[in-house]
Amino acid sequence: MQLLRRWFFGRGAVIAVPFVFLLVFFLFPFLIVGKISVSEMEVVSFKDVVTFSDGVLQLTLKFGNYVFITEDPLYFQTYLASLRYAAATMVLCLFIGYPFAYFMARAKPSHQPVLLMLVMLPFWTSFLLRVYAWRGLLTDGGWAADAIIGLGLDHVLLAAGLITTEGKLMHTPFSLVLGMVYTYLPFMILPLYGNLAKMDLRLLEAAADLGATPWTAFWTITVPLSKAGIIAGSMLVFIPCVGEFVIPELLGGPETLMIGRVLWDEFFSNNDWPMASSVAVVMVLLIIVPLAIFNKYQAEAQESRR
Amino acid sequence: MKASKTGIWFGRGWLSLGFAFLYLPIVALVVFSFNDSAIPNQWRGFTLKWYAQLARDEEMLGGLWLSLQIALFTACGAVVLGTLAAFALVKYKRFTGRTLFSGMVNAPLVMPEVVVGLSLLLMLVSVQRALGFPERGMLTIWIGHLLLGTAYAAVVIQSRLQDLNPQLEEAAMDLGARPHQVFWLVTLPMIAQSLIAAWLLTFTVSLDDVVLSAFLSGPGSTTLPLVIFSRARLGLNPSVNAVATLIIVVVAIGVVLASWLIARNERQRSAELAAAGRH
Repeated sequence: MQLLRRWFFGRGAVIAVPFVFLLVFFLFPFLIVGKISVSEMEVVSFKDVVTFSDGVLQLTLKFGNYVFITEDPLYFQTYLASLRYAAATMVLCLFIGYPFAYFMARAKPSHQPVLLMLVMLPFWTSFLLRVYAWRGLLTDGGWAADAIIGLGLDHVLLAAGLITTEGKLMHTPFSLVLGMVYTYLPFMILPLYGNLAKMDLRLLEAAADLGATPWTAFWTITVPLSKAGIIAGSMLVFIPCVGEFVIPELLGGPETLMIGRVLWDEFFSNNDWPMASSVAVVMVLLIIVPLAIFNKYQAEAQESRR
Repeated sequence: MKASKTGIWFGRGWLSLGFAFLYLPIVALVVFSFNDSAIPNQWRGFTLKWYAQLARDEEMLGGLWLSLQIALFTACGAVVLGTLAAFALVKYKRFTGRTLFSGMVNAPLVMPEVVVGLSLLLMLVSVQRALGFPERGMLTIWIGHLLLGTAYAAVVIQSRLQDLNPQLEEAAMDLGARPHQVFWLVTLPMIAQSLIAAWLLTFTVSLDDVVLSAFLSGPGSTTLPLVIFSRARLGLNPSVNAVATLIIVVVAIGVVLASWLIARNERQRSAELAAAGRH
């Protein structure tokens, strides 16, 4: 009895309460989505997969949605485009964020808490509102639009195929990627900073003593040692970007199809729950490998802190 | 090793440009909330009329009230669940299903919200069919936000727990403290800062969420982000700028105040530790 009570109020409850919560509200719902994705559509509803009639248990599975997704070139292209935009966002975030985190970590120790706070502060203010603000900045006459067109950068963007007409920046692949880079940049900077700030600088001194130039030392010591930060940051950017909905809806255009928007439309406009579920299942399959990598590194980072 | 002069200036330049990029939209939101024009991206003169309009905007105010309630419940629930999850992961290195558990704690951080929202909704609909409960509304939105918030809170609290010196807890135990006394008297005060940080973070995450709320809301439960989102979709809208400015001001004050308090506590604690060390 004593043992039971200790288990119930101590270790057992500490693990069981969040465990059961996550099982019920995170894992179990995915199984339901999987089930619904193979059920028949009824009016604003779905049919049960297993029915019991005339004493016979019937199992009706409909893989039509999956056949449709794989055969319809529109779905295929949308998945591909989502992966491409997410990859582009990840690379740009790494390109901007790595030097940023590096210089933060090498700034005066007394300045670092302030810099860190300045990175976190936009993170605390509404993401929705900051994305909305880019709409104002990028439409004709907005500050950013004026600056970009004034510098002639719109020709560069046109040549890169990121916009389709000169001087029109909103509702293009450019505005979409800009919005995603902007939103997810802190997610790249924070793990990288955490990693780079912990680095033992004596290693660089040793390299310099042995004749390495700062550039060589950076590529052969700093970068390999920050691998965990690079992977954690990249996954924190890439995975949610694949299924992003709000940013493509507010900043994207008709030609920037993304799978999060397709899922949303299947659910809210077409009311096709099984189809939306199938789209979701395929999306999860696409991100399952990055997700596993993220979990592995996240767990390792947390174990190895001490 | 001494960094070169050009290196230092390049670093400062990169940081300045980065911060300019991060803060440009926030500055623009605030500036154009005082703009006397229905198109909030070209300056036409100073006005406060959008704020006056906001004070009469029933839809916005109703949404704000609902969002604040949900955010309050989410933050409190998520800190409790997040603390338990962080404890389980840091203190118990071996239990059945630990890998699954740590995966489920971390996954909501990155899982696209449309997937989480859709699956949670479909489950709740199935439950409702079977039991006649729960109706879509505040409760269902809260469950969704709690899921997301727990993941955020667990990460924040976990990193603090990991850094704790286990000798302090061991010392308390050697002096005869029971496990729950160790928790309330030793561990909790030491992780208090991270609990505050996690509370604030999950509060803002909930206050900001669009996608989960859209899936889980029912008729009559339109949160503030849903109101803002539906207006922002249609185009630029000065009332959105006004509400944005108010949120930014409140959050900035809250975060600055909280970090000042945390910094002061930290100084006090290290002063006490230093004093204790001298004796």
